[in-house]
Amino acid sequence: MERVPLERKVLNENDRIAADLRARFQETGTLCLNLISSPGSGKTSLLERTLEILPQEDRVAVLTGDIQTENDANRLKRFHFPVKQITTGGTCHLDARMIERHLADWNIGDLDLLLIENVGNLVCPASYDLGEAAKIVVLSVTEGEDKPLKYPSIFFKSDLLVLSKIDLLPYVPFDINAAADNARKVHPGMEIVRVSCLTGNGLDEWMTWLEQRRGAHKWLVRETVS
Amino acid sequence: MGIANSVVEAVRTEMGRHPGTYPCRVGLRVGEMAAIDEDALRFCFEAIIHQTDLEPLELGIEVCPRRHRCEGCGREFVVRDYDFCCPQCASLETTCISGDELELAYLEVEEYGASTAGTKSTQ
Repeated sequence: MERVPLERKVLNENDRIAADLRARFQETGTLCLNLISSPGSGKTSLLERTLEILPQEDRVAVLTGDIQTENDANRLKRFHFPVKQITTGGTCHLDARMIERHLADWNIGDLDLLLIENVGNLVCPASYDLGEAAKIVVLSVTEGEDKPLKYPSIFFKSDLLVLSKIDLLPYVPFDINAAADNARKVHPGMEIVRVSCLTGNGLDEWMTWLEQRRGAHKWLVRETVS
Repeated sequence: MGIANSVVEAVRTEMGRHPGTYPCRVGLRVGEMAAIDEDALRFCFEAIIHQTDLEPLELGIEVCPRRHRCEGCGREFVVRDYDFCCPQCASLETTCISGDELELAYLEVEEYGASTAGTKSTQ
């Protein structure tokens, strides 16, 4: 019997493609964000409101992942930004190769912002790097406030927590402060915004975060290039 | 399932480097923050290798706890119940240094004919 040391990541092929994508995004100055949540937490609604607010001349595109149907892409195409659906055909997460393949006929250099909507799932998407600059986790108030403790990985790895559907707070027994505390237990200092896509409440805070990220990314790219 | 598949692919790739042997056990290191359910991973792994030439390959999983390093005194410690406070100097300025691993640690291979179990042969 011989024991051969392997000492490498299980997903090293995915990580290799993701690193390649990240280098390309860095080169073109494209800010790539990966939105993750359970199914039905409001990722598509948040993207709808975001695309509605962003100026038409902004160089923004969306990749949206689902196991089946083109429904999300059809919802998002109304805003006249480039949108492509990634249908995984059963896979419960997006991986870097899917992103690479779906970007093949887009010129990344034409994009300042690429928003990726992952498949609704709080578990597997946390393991797959897509080359993004940041992960964003969305948690709606109709879920439990202990979600960050039950699924710590995604809360640990995300830069921002979007607490969504806050218009429903009067009708559900959801302790929003406990949810925020739990998220910061797993990820001390985590940034949190609270939004309602229905009333528009809190969207300004989300857009400010987004614009700050876009500004910081441009600055970072300029510093790296010069 | 994707992760189990990646493990099996890695075993097959590695076996190309060890002619005349078969794999007995593959070892993984999985951090407690890695979002991996051990039972689900084992179930998928078994399903993938079922009735293939890799059977009865064993899957070894070592779960790695979340570890932090204190920015103040440099002490490294295991985090329990999300208590990030340094046990040495009580500082809260501590940084996560491990606990989200998903790594292939080792592969155990046996030469054909060497096994006493006799479950594999060169035919």
